[in-house]
Amino acid sequence: MADTTGTADPAVIAGTEGEGIRRRDFINIAAVGAAGVGGIATLVPLISQMAPSKDVLAESSTEVDLAAIQPGQAIKAIFRKQPLFIRNLTAKEIAEANAVDVASLRDPQTLDERTKPGKENWLITMGVCTHLGCVPLGAAEGEVKGEFGGYFCPCHGSSYDTAARIRKGPAPKNLEVPEYEFTSDTVVKIG
Amino acid sequence: MSFPWANHYTPSHPVMKWMDEKLPLPRLVYNAVGAGYPVPRNLNYMWNFGVLAGFCLMLQIVTGVILAMHYAANAGVAFASTEHIMRDVNWGWMLRYAHANGASAFFVVVYLHIFRGFYFGSYKAPREMIWLLGVVIFLLMMATAFMGYVLPWGQMSFWGAKVITGLFGAIPVVGEPIQQWLLGGFAPDNAALNRFFSLHFLLPFVIAGVVILHIWALHIPGSSNPTGVEVKSESDTVPFHPYYTAKDGFGLGVFLLIYCAFLFFMPNQLGHPDNYIPANPLSTPAHIVPEWYFWPFYAILRAFTFDIFFIPAKLMGVLAMFSAILVWFFLPWLDNSPVRSGHYRPMFKKFFWILVIDMAVLFYCGGAPAEEPFVMMSQIATAYYFLHFLVVLPLVALMEKPKPLPFSITEAVLGSDDAAKLAAKS
Repeated sequence: MADTTGTADPAVIAGTEGEGIRRRDFINIAAVGAAGVGGIATLVPLISQMAPSKDVLAESSTEVDLAAIQPGQAIKAIFRKQPLFIRNLTAKEIAEANAVDVASLRDPQTLDERTKPGKENWLITMGVCTHLGCVPLGAAEGEVKGEFGGYFCPCHGSSYDTAARIRKGPAPKNLEVPEYEFTSDTVVKIG
Repeated sequence: MSFPWANHYTPSHPVMKWMDEKLPLPRLVYNAVGAGYPVPRNLNYMWNFGVLAGFCLMLQIVTGVILAMHYAANAGVAFASTEHIMRDVNWGWMLRYAHANGASAFFVVVYLHIFRGFYFGSYKAPREMIWLLGVVIFLLMMATAFMGYVLPWGQMSFWGAKVITGLFGAIPVVGEPIQQWLLGGFAPDNAALNRFFSLHFLLPFVIAGVVILHIWALHIPGSSNPTGVEVKSESDTVPFHPYYTAKDGFGLGVFLLIYCAFLFFMPNQLGHPDNYIPANPLSTPAHIVPEWYFWPFYAILRAFTFDIFFIPAKLMGVLAMFSAILVWFFLPWLDNSPVRSGHYRPMFKKFFWILVIDMAVLFYCGGAPAEEPFVMMSQIATAYYFLHFLVVLPLVALMEKPKPLPFSITEAVLGSDDAAKLAAKS
């Protein structure tokens, strides 16, 4: 404990430093280090509490019965508290979507890539504009479908085509296709 | 911190003397906004808006704390509790209208305060820190106003929250997790509403703290003035009280007349009817716009409808919108002219008014639907906005030949300042 008795002789202090780390330095670094790690650890709950809570995450997948949707019709369902568009495409709309040169698209995807094999007429997408999250128009009866016949977002003017691909306006991506599977011929399970 | 000729605080009453020894708060007030603060004698009415902004902050805090006593921050009942305030709470309608229109009034006076700074070069040395703190206050105000607008949980509240938090989704890779973290879910819901309420209550007090720093920084060099010439002698100043307390009092009276005209005769003029429809996550209002005070920046956000190199349009719009305010942080160093006041800068003055027109165009386009010709107008106005700050201001400072400055404030006011000239010679 020679170095903690407060000697004024610099030679004594220099001598003890030469032997390695002083006890006081060790205690200082250990204390500040422990407090620092503890402080950072405290931030974890403070930040993590803002993330979606268990009940929000636990929202189960959604099942929709498609039997009543006629060709040319669309419905809005709810999936994770967000709108979901389910559209029964007509033969003409499928032809329109397939006629587009995929390479010319902003987010190149074919209609086949956005639907399930054998179910090309069922276009299932989120009803959330990929620009800033508005609900595009075009799913309900009588709503504007935009100049490409799909969906039109009234917020900032993004237009989607009959495969819900972005064709014009500020949105960067096609309307998102969620994970889903057909559990029977007319029932689809999303999520 | 003050000029040598400032009045000294000398309490005469024994209680005030006792107080001054223990806690010199009255002395602080006397030196900050009383007779102990010498202010240039030539301030015009554009110098009223700092005090008016302070008044608006107090108004918002008082009405806001009262509204919080009756409001319930739960997505299930928020809209109903707002209607409860409007219909059932004694004077609730008045307090809510006072708070809603108070926000608009706050932004009006702050915009005028900012444009006063633009024109008279208030951001220039040695007042850069006052300016920087002011920009921080403005950013905090925007955040507070946005979160407050979400609380009634009407259609515009909900979709405003969705669009603005959607901005963070534009950030590459981490955008979507950040957005979900901010909202506490996949879309605005109870978690988002609760945290917005908590922060909307907190931020005004943070603003009040930064306002104190803003005034502290102001009192080091003292107030600027319309000539931009620094104070040289006692004849250039008058004490803040009674001269400017009186002038600010008159200004406050005029302000209150206009504010009360809105409050009592057209309280919904600046709002959106859509916000009296309860929030519906499945239906976006046909024409979704923020409150009027965000329009110029909203127009900049929407101006980017095309990708620039590898940056997608959406991210570009977000970056541009934030940059439009962040560029103000660099203003003291972008405008290098040694002359402060626009009065003596003929070329700068023209470009100042072009900027005002440019921002008026952005304002108009921000409130208009997202269709031509407004998109193109926004694009041109956005390009000019950044051109003004990044190119025009530095070049004007280099090329311009300013008009001769008066020797002193006294000379500018009285036509001659013999005493100061003699003092300068000796």
